[in-house]
Amino acid sequence: MDDFIAARSQMALSLGFHIIFACIGMVMPFFMAVAHYIWLKTGNEVYRDITKAWSKGVAIFFATGAVSGTVLSFELGLLWPKFMEHAGPIFGMPFSLEGTAFFIEAIALGFFLYGWNRFNRWFHWFTGVVVGVSGLVSGILVVAANAWMNSPAGFDYVNGQYLNIDPIKAMFNVAWFSQALHMSIAAFASTGFAVAGIHALMILRKSHVTFHKRAFRISAVFATVAALLQPLSGDISAKDVAKRQPAKLAAMEAHFKTEENAALILGGIPDEKEKKVNYAIEIPGALSFLAHGNFHAEVTGLDRIPEENHPPVAITHYAFQVMVGLGTVMMLISVLYYITIWKKKSWLEKRWLLKLFAIATPMGFIAVEAGWTVTEVGRQPWIIYGVMRTVHAVTPMPGILYSFYIFTAVYISLSCIVAFLLYRQISMVGKLYDHSAEPINAI
Amino acid sequence: MLYVVIVYLWAAILLYLLLGGADFGAGIIEFFTSRNNRGRTRKTMYQAIGPVWEAIHMWLIITIVILFVGFPKIYATLSVYLHIPLTAMLLGIIARGTAFVFRNYDAVKDDMQKVYNRIFIYSSVITPFFLGIIAASTVSRNVDVMAQDFLHAYIFSWLNWFSVTVGFFTVCICGFLAAGYIIGETDSTEDRQFFARKAKWMIVSAVLCGVLVFLASFKENVPLAEWVFGKAPGIFAIAAASLSLPFLWYGLTHGKAIIVRLLGGFEICMILFAVTYRHFPNIVLLKGGGHLSLIEHQGQEKVIISLAWALLIGSIFILPALGYLMYSFEKKKPREA
Repeated sequence: MDDFIAARSQMALSLGFHIIFACIGMVMPFFMAVAHYIWLKTGNEVYRDITKAWSKGVAIFFATGAVSGTVLSFELGLLWPKFMEHAGPIFGMPFSLEGTAFFIEAIALGFFLYGWNRFNRWFHWFTGVVVGVSGLVSGILVVAANAWMNSPAGFDYVNGQYLNIDPIKAMFNVAWFSQALHMSIAAFASTGFAVAGIHALMILRKSHVTFHKRAFRISAVFATVAALLQPLSGDISAKDVAKRQPAKLAAMEAHFKTEENAALILGGIPDEKEKKVNYAIEIPGALSFLAHGNFHAEVTGLDRIPEENHPPVAITHYAFQVMVGLGTVMMLISVLYYITIWKKKSWLEKRWLLKLFAIATPMGFIAVEAGWTVTEVGRQPWIIYGVMRTVHAVTPMPGILYSFYIFTAVYISLSCIVAFLLYRQISMVGKLYDHSAEPINAI
Repeated sequence: MLYVVIVYLWAAILLYLLLGGADFGAGIIEFFTSRNNRGRTRKTMYQAIGPVWEAIHMWLIITIVILFVGFPKIYATLSVYLHIPLTAMLLGIIARGTAFVFRNYDAVKDDMQKVYNRIFIYSSVITPFFLGIIAASTVSRNVDVMAQDFLHAYIFSWLNWFSVTVGFFTVCICGFLAAGYIIGETDSTEDRQFFARKAKWMIVSAVLCGVLVFLASFKENVPLAEWVFGKAPGIFAIAAASLSLPFLWYGLTHGKAIIVRLLGGFEICMILFAVTYRHFPNIVLLKGGGHLSLIEHQGQEKVIISLAWALLIGSIFILPALGYLMYSFEKKKPREA
C-alpha cells in the first residue's frame, strides 16, 4: 500500500466511522422527542424510561460523533492540504454554518441530558427537539459540502486559479438537494431499523416486553416511513447523477458500452479488462428508463469517458448493488409492517415479523456505508469533480501508512468499546427501569 | 470585515484556551492527585463541567473552520509541516472525549472505570502538551517550507526545546485554570482548600516552566524576550500580570472564587497578548525569515465577508444559549422530582 492509498483509506475509514455516529446522533433525538412527548401527555412512566434510556445512547453516540467529527476537520488538511488550500474558502460556507448548528446542538444536549427536573417540562422537551433539528441541519450542511465536490460551483477555474469565489452559490450547488435528501432519509431508515431491530430482539427474548414493545413501535414507524420514501429519493439522485456524472453512473451500473435502450444490470461480476459483466441478470431498457425516464434514451457508457478518468468500476458496482439490494429488502419489510398494522393486526403477535426486524438491524447502516462508497469511489479519480485530481491533493509527507495503521487500531477499538457499552446499557434496562426496586438517580 | 473574522479567530482561541484549558486541567489535577483523593476531584469536576463540556470543545472547531475558510494557506501549511503533533493531539482528543463519556455512561460501574480513568488522565496531559507544542512551533521559525529531508520538514519543525517547554507550560496553565475554576463549584471548605493548594502548585510550576521557556528561547534563538519586553505594551501587560499574582494568591488562600476566576482569565489574556502582539498579523513565522500573515494570506474578499456574516449571525444564536446554559447549571439546583 503506498501513501496515497493509505491516505484515501484513512479518510474512508474516518468518514465511514463518523457517518454511523453522526446518523444516530442526529436521528435518535427525534425518537426521543416522540417518547418524551407521550410521557408528558399521558404520564405513562414507561415512556419516560424509554426517553431516558435512549438519551444515554444519544449521549454516547453524540460524543463519539463529535470527537470523530473534530478529527475529520483536521484530517481534511492533514491528508489533503492542497485540496483544502483551494476548496476551503469555496465550500467553507456550509462548514461555517454547520459549526453554528453543531454548537447549538451541543448546547441543547447539555440542557437536555442534565436538565431533568431542573427546568419547565416543556422547555426541557423543546431542548430535546432542538438537538434533533440542529443535528439534522448539521448533517444537511455537511452533505452540501460533499455535494460541492461532486458538482463544483461558485468559482471560475482559470489557468489553475480559483477566481471569483461565491460561497453561497457553492453551497447551493446542483447536487446539494438530492444528496442531502437521500442522506437524511438514509439516516432515519438506518437508525430506525437498527433501534427497532434491537428492541425486536429483546421482545423475542421476552425481556421487559412492555418497555421494548413501545420503544419498538416508535422506532419502527420512523424506520418504515423512511424506507418507503428512500426509493423515490434514490430515483431523484440517480437521474441527477446520470446528468452530472455519467462516469459515476456508468461505474455504478458497470455500464461499459454507450447504448440506447440500455439494460439494467443486477448483480454480476464486472470484468474491467474485457469490459463486460459476467453472470448478471439484465432487464432490457430499464437503465435508460431509470436514468432518463425513457426506455429508449441513450445512456453514456465508460467507452465515452477517457480511460484516465474512469472510477474503479468493480467497487462502485458492488457497493451500489449492496445499497439497492438492502434498500429493497427494507422497503419490503416496511410494506409488510403496514399491511400488519392496517389489515392483519394478528401478525403483530407473530414471532416471524419481529425476527425479520431483528435480522434487519444492521442493514440500514451497511446500506449507508455502501452508498457512501458509491458516491466517493464513484467520483474518483477526482477530489473536485473535473477540476482537481485526488492524487494532486494528497499531503507530501511520507509515512501516511503508519498514520493509517494507528487510526485503524483506534477506530476498531472504539467501535468495540461502543458496542460493549451499548450491550451493557441494553442488558441493564431491567435494573435501571424496574420501578419495584429502589429509584435510581438516572442522570 | 477582515477584522471581524480576526477578532472571532482570536476570541475562539482564547475561549478554547480558557474553557478547554480548564477542562483539560480537570484531568491534569486528577493526574497530580493522590489515589485517595481522586474520587473527590472527579466528582466535583464533573458536576461542574458535565453540562458544558461538549460546547467547550466547539471553540476548537470554530478556530479550525475560520482558518481553513478565511486563511486556507495558513491552514494548509500548518497541516503539512505540523502533521505529527497535530495527529498526536487528535489522538489525545479522541481518547479523552470518548473516555469521558464512557465513564459517565457505562451502565455498569466496575473495573472498566479504572481503564477509562487512566485513559482520561493520560490524554488530559498529552493533549494540551501537544497543543502547546503546536502553538510554539508556529512562531519558533522552525517550520521550513524549503526543507528537503523528512527530519527537517516534519520533525524539527516542532521538536525543539522551545516548543517542548511551551508544551509543559501549557499543561501547568490548564491545571491552574481547572483548580482555580473549581474552587467556586464546591461548597465544602475542605475541598476548597484542597483545590486552592493544587492551584498554587500549578502557579508555581507555571512560573518555573515560564523561566524554562525563556531559557529555551535563548537557546533556540527565538526572540521571546524582545517580543515581551521590547516595547511598552508588552512590559505593561507582563507587569499587570505579575502585579495581579499576589491578589490571585490572596484569592486562593481565602477561597474567593470570583477573584480567582477573573484574575486567572486576566493573567492568561495578558500573557497571550504580550507574546503575540509584536508579530501580529504574522501568525506563523517561517524558517529563513518568511511568514504567513492574516492580512497577506487572507482569502478572497467575498469569502471573508460571507464568513464574517456567518460568524456574526451564528453568534446571535449561540451566545445567549451558551450563556443561559452556563448560568442555569451554575445557579439552578435540581428541583425535587
